Amino acid sequence: MAKQNELIPIYIMGKRYLVPSNLTIMKAMEYAGYKLTRGVGCRGGFCGACATVYRLRHDYRLKIGLACQTVVEPDMYLAQIPYFPGNRADYRLDELEPTFATIVRLYPEVLRCLACGTCTKSCPQELRVKDYMANAMKGDIAGVADKSFDCIMCGLCTARCPAEEVQYDIAILCRRLYGKYLAPQAMHLAERVSDIQAGKFDTELQEIKGLSDAELRARYNQRDIEPE
Amino acid sequence: MEDGYTPEMRASIARVEATRPARMSETYPMLGPEAKEALLRAFHPDYIPEGMRELRVGPNKGQRTPHELADMLEGRSYLRADTLDLSRIDIDTDVLVIGGGGAGSAAALLAREYGVKVLVATKLRHGDANTMMAQGGIQAADKPTDSPAIHYLDVIGGGHFTNDPDLVEALVHDAPLVIAWLESLGCMFDKEPDGTLVTRHGGGTSRKRMHSARDYSGAEIMRTLRDEVRSRSGEITVLEFAPAIELLMDDRGQVAGAVLKNLETDEHLVVRAKATIIATGGSGRLHYQGFPTTNHYGATGDGLVMAYRVGAKLAFIDTMQYHPTGAAFPEQIVGLLVTEKVRGLGAQVANIAGDQFVFPRETRDVEAAAIIKECVERGNGIRTPSGMTGVWLDSPMIDLIHGPGTVQRELPAMVRQFKRFGIDIARDPMLVYPTLHYQNGGIAIDPECRTAIAGLFVAGEASGGVHGRNRLMGNSLLDVTVFGRRAGISAAQYALEASVGTLTLRHLEEWEKQLKEATLDSTVCTPMILPDYTRHSR
Repeated sequence: MAKQNELIPIYIMGKRYLVPSNLTIMKAMEYAGYKLTRGVGCRGGFCGACATVYRLRHDYRLKIGLACQTVVEPDMYLAQIPYFPGNRADYRLDELEPTFATIVRLYPEVLRCLACGTCTKSCPQELRVKDYMANAMKGDIAGVADKSFDCIMCGLCTARCPAEEVQYDIAILCRRLYGKYLAPQAMHLAERVSDIQAGKFDTELQEIKGLSDAELRARYNQRDIEPE
Repeated sequence: MEDGYTPEMRASIARVEATRPARMSETYPMLGPEAKEALLRAFHPDYIPEGMRELRVGPNKGQRTPHELADMLEGRSYLRADTLDLSRIDIDTDVLVIGGGGAGSAAALLAREYGVKVLVATKLRHGDANTMMAQGGIQAADKPTDSPAIHYLDVIGGGHFTNDPDLVEALVHDAPLVIAWLESLGCMFDKEPDGTLVTRHGGGTSRKRMHSARDYSGAEIMRTLRDEVRSRSGEITVLEFAPAIELLMDDRGQVAGAVLKNLETDEHLVVRAKATIIATGGSGRLHYQGFPTTNHYGATGDGLVMAYRVGAKLAFIDTMQYHPTGAAFPEQIVGLLVTEKVRGLGAQVANIAGDQFVFPRETRDVEAAAIIKECVERGNGIRTPSGMTGVWLDSPMIDLIHGPGTVQRELPAMVRQFKRFGIDIARDPMLVYPTLHYQNGGIAIDPECRTAIAGLFVAGEASGGVHGRNRLMGNSLLDVTVFGRRAGISAAQYALEASVGTLTLRHLEEWEKQLKEATLDSTVCTPMILPDYTRHSR
């Protein structure tokens, strides 16, 4: 492994730059002089904007990573996939039923999945994408929702899929179907909403709003804290 | 995998492990009101006088704000009043939403319910926003032991009794309503098998009312709202990589749209709108006082700059939130957020000797000040190879309290973040130090998200008043959804009645005049749009 802060060569879209060895790909691109517009978002591993494909010299295999979370390596050849024209079905969630038929109607290509596992190998979140696609093909919406939960929709699975699936869009469809129709409903929430709409808490709120500054401070400092 | 920590850190971690069994049953006392006040005055960055200056121009002239924000607010426009042909309208809409984060998306959806034409213009991609990065959760008083009034008390006490009471009332009143709305859109909140929402404590809460979606709470809300907007692609238009750089007015003194810049072609687009909503979020990328930030790349406070130039007043611009637990190590993730949910799950904060020095769930400003004091004054921090100091956040306690596997299940994003650098947070603590997290203040609004300028509405982090001088965890996701919805409704209702006169940029001439009178000859054009992190060697 290279020493801290030693300059190492990387190739950004084929062009060679020397960058400190401890930087992430994103910071290395900025060090090299790129002012990023595409391929950068939250810079914290949550938004999926900085999907990157790279290869190391003397290795035929393509690797993937988020530019904001992956440290550069010597002789890394990299390119970003800041946008991918994946297919998203048109739907209104409130007009759907949480069934296998819904998935197949909106994304008929789901059945073309070859179970080759390229998606799983391409996921920077290390999700078992192939497994949730298998759940989708069986209509197991809860399974898709659970296994895809940490998806950041970067599109790397889709970019490399030989069956041209848009895994992340199938996944969000399933998560929303699960959240709306299949997850157990929060009864205490429904009750609280109707109480609020009936104005049941208005008096209490007005009373506390009407307190003087001193009364409010006293009440705050004496308030009881719910135990762990 | 090789050890992510240095030998010096290992030695300190051994002490943290040694004190852990005793600490497990030890509750560090919370500070009283006077002690808190004294701690903040001595150690919170808001109280460092050299960090701020008085504004010399505009509606908040004479008020103090960090130099970095003052530089933006006192800047000049990229445009001149007479160089852009405003008779050529590129896009005509009823409601223009500037910003495609949580507040902007919620506003667009609610505005559309009134049948009006909606355009969302966003700087980067739809959803590239601080909402996406929020991890810990969203507050709402929906349990039988809780009520909106108790939530109100927590919010206003956490804000040191400076908050706008009407805004706080709106926030806590609508909170359960937005949770129900998000649930109806398919948001997967953490639930018990019987449907009961899982709720936990956060800093400064007196009831367990923090709802979460693992530690992707903001991402779950953001991607759900974005998907719902995309489901309405025929009704809501989204323009990406098209930030607003100036508001337009009409000859009757109303805000009447904005000038957008296509970031790829540098072309300007004139958007005429009957109502305009600023939902541009915060400004962590201005790096106040040199702090690293948890914020997304586009958080440069553009909305504040644009609103200021049309005469909208800002509130609480002398207070920023420094999140107590930003990553201090490894170097590659310095400044990134370590969610407060870690402390919500019971993890304590410990110094180099493995001792507690602060109650782990003080409000964020107090917790941050205590960590700064422990490192700077008492010298009990742990030094990193890059020269930072930090304290331990004892995450392995979580599995000991709640059972093995809890860290992995409840904090998958944090586990992943540290695992990439050889650190297992279920086994070892994380090194943390305060990081710039949130803009407590912003453009002054009323509970319907109106400003003093007709036609201009604001929602989310760009607004100021609801959190006073300190925001509690879980009230920002709540803020963007509550006030995003309210702004959408207000703007749509306004647009249905309003008509737009002749478009003008004359306010820029007026602004230039004010700069001249104040003898400010700034050469900086603002808003910033994006920070420049490039290094040009020659």
